[in-house]
Amino acid sequence: MAFADAPLAQPHVDASRLPLLVQLHYWVVTVDHKRLGIMYICTGLLFFAVAGLEASIMRWQLAFPHHEAVSPEVFNRLFTMHGTTMVFLFGMPIILGMANYLVPLMIGARDLAFPRLNAFGFWLSLFGGMLLYFSYLGGEGLSGAGTAPDVGWFAYAPLTGRAFSRGHSTDYWILSLLVSGIGSVATSINIVTTVLCMRCRGMTLARLPLFVWMMLVVAVMILFAMPPLTAAQVMLLLDRYLGTRFFDTQAGGSALLWQHFFWIFGHPEVYILMVPGFAAVSEIIPVFSRKPIFGYAAMVGATVSIGFISMGVWAHHMFSVGMSVTANSFFAASTMLISVPTGIKIFNWLATMYGGKLRFATPMLFCVGFLFQFLCAGLTGIMLAAVPFNWQLTDSYFVVAHFHYVLIGGLLFTIFAAIYYWFPKATGRMLSETLGRWHFWLLVIGFNLTFGPQHILGILGMPRRIYTYAPGRGWELWNLLSSIGVVFQGLAVLFFVWNVIRALRQGPPAGDDPWDAWTLEWTTTSPPPEYNFETLPEVQSRRPLWDLKHPNDPDGRHE
Amino acid sequence: MINATARTYPIEPMEEAFPSRGRVGVFCLIATEATLFSIFVVAYLFYIGKSLIGPYPAQVLEVPILSTICLLASSATIMLAERALRQGYGVLFKGWWFLTILLGVAFLRATAVEWYRLIFTHHLTIGTNLFGTTFYSLVGFHAMHVTVGLILLTLVLILSLCGYVTQTQSERVAALSLYWHFVDVVWIVVFLVVYIIGR
Repeated sequence: MAFADAPLAQPHVDASRLPLLVQLHYWVVTVDHKRLGIMYICTGLLFFAVAGLEASIMRWQLAFPHHEAVSPEVFNRLFTMHGTTMVFLFGMPIILGMANYLVPLMIGARDLAFPRLNAFGFWLSLFGGMLLYFSYLGGEGLSGAGTAPDVGWFAYAPLTGRAFSRGHSTDYWILSLLVSGIGSVATSINIVTTVLCMRCRGMTLARLPLFVWMMLVVAVMILFAMPPLTAAQVMLLLDRYLGTRFFDTQAGGSALLWQHFFWIFGHPEVYILMVPGFAAVSEIIPVFSRKPIFGYAAMVGATVSIGFISMGVWAHHMFSVGMSVTANSFFAASTMLISVPTGIKIFNWLATMYGGKLRFATPMLFCVGFLFQFLCAGLTGIMLAAVPFNWQLTDSYFVVAHFHYVLIGGLLFTIFAAIYYWFPKATGRMLSETLGRWHFWLLVIGFNLTFGPQHILGILGMPRRIYTYAPGRGWELWNLLSSIGVVFQGLAVLFFVWNVIRALRQGPPAGDDPWDAWTLEWTTTSPPPEYNFETLPEVQSRRPLWDLKHPNDPDGRHE
Repeated sequence: MINATARTYPIEPMEEAFPSRGRVGVFCLIATEATLFSIFVVAYLFYIGKSLIGPYPAQVLEVPILSTICLLASSATIMLAERALRQGYGVLFKGWWFLTILLGVAFLRATAVEWYRLIFTHHLTIGTNLFGTTFYSLVGFHAMHVTVGLILLTLVLILSLCGYVTQTQSERVAALSLYWHFVDVVWIVVFLVVYIIGR
């Protein structure tokens, strides 16, 4: 292995000139947080493409009444794989990748606290993802049952029991999530430890960039939210293989218990996915408004309270299973309560933009799109928190529309904003603004065309997860519109891919600080060297680069 | 490359000294493991008295006082071992450390004897009823953690016999003993839930 170690010993060797095999080997054995971060993000984007294709097939099937593009069995597998992939194999890797890449750079550290644990976490996550997709080959088992999990992404008992889910598809689902969950926990431990123990001189907690604050909260949330899922998965595995009775209703077990355990994980998970989006927006909006963030302390407080409250809202997914009035009222109230800190954030972003010198570059465009669409998502969320309204619309397309507004209109838009913003740092190349605009507008049109009509479909009574429907219920037009939107979204993603490939080949060089930004990652070269900083920086305020560029008016005076 | 170290006005030194990375990491691990256990505990509490067929806890469970004393005592001995290492008494450290391992093994042996009795005398297996399901999964999950802890403790013992564990390593040893204390605390909860409340 001596030849592969050469670039480690001599950091000035241009890595791109080495033979391909050596470069690949270098990627495989790396413990560098930046390389692992990039690998996390690439893994996420790869699975995003796969899950997006699955969604497109579903929309094609639903475009017309009595359409027969895929069989009902295949449709069940498609929505299960789509949901599981998007949450666990796209969402989690991409947010952990962002944290991996940016947290050490932003706090002026040379790496995460436990670099090898970090590599371990990444490879576990990737292995978990592969395990899930291996079910297409190995899921059949000896019983000739279906390939690939088809129990829905929350896999309610008793459908997952041995009697109803034969073969190994559900086992692959369990193991995959178990393994990638352990990977996520490993990385979270790393992030918490890094933020608490490895900040550079002068970087007090009150000066942490908001991105780092929010990632810290996310990592803590993962520590507390992931184990309930892991425990429930272990129980399910024991049920399936050792004949235990946890979710076996015939032996007195409770199918409801699974729902509780799953959503104790499941709802914090929504915030685990969303808060990193908030984190990126909180960095991007100030830079493109040329103003410091409005209400830094309020933002931190709001984030921490979201972290706390999100642990106590889970049963709003279960209003229709017949809980007591007290439980229903409690969870309705806590759900409405969590919209308060979320609202505080939106107001703070707006106040940051208010009176600012706005620059509508692509990252900012995506942030503004996010603000509008996430507001819609929040409003439908409050509607669904009202129990009677929820009873009427639960398990309908209204719910589907709501959480896609959260996860696409909210999360995906912020992820694209973050990619456009930090891509120059990670690669040293600028993405094209023109192609970025095409990407943004096609995605806005496609996204709203796909998911806007689904609100109406839900109110008209279309249940989620049905593989086809009869004509004459007023659903045809809305379904067709919804499916047409997919074409625009697909085109948008193609523009993005083209933009990335083009930038990597012939993009203009980015320089150290293309956006005239203020946080520490922009002090070092693009891409940063393996050791991040030649000398570890010292900071005196929340915006160290502002101090550097304006020595006569340092930021610390105004904090 | 811009140098961010250019000073504009004096920097006050960091007010807080950073905690050790190992400690923070282990505390995070403990937090996440505690959540994992709490779900199994909730499942146990939820299913108390819901078994449709016997045997029931009151008929077959005996309160394991001796093994509980063993495990709790091991928390004290590991503390003494840790202190001895910090003060540089290598032999004393090895002695207390070895005693900790012995106490842990005694606890595991008691669990094995109990399970043998339950399985072969009372015919209670993990699939018999809800009591068996929740009992074996919760107690077994804890026993698994004790086993992992024992493997790690033994590893440290072997390393210290080879002369690798010295005063400079005391922080790492302290991190491991934190985990061991956690396993003991979990047992107090399991003991209360399974043998006091659930019986």
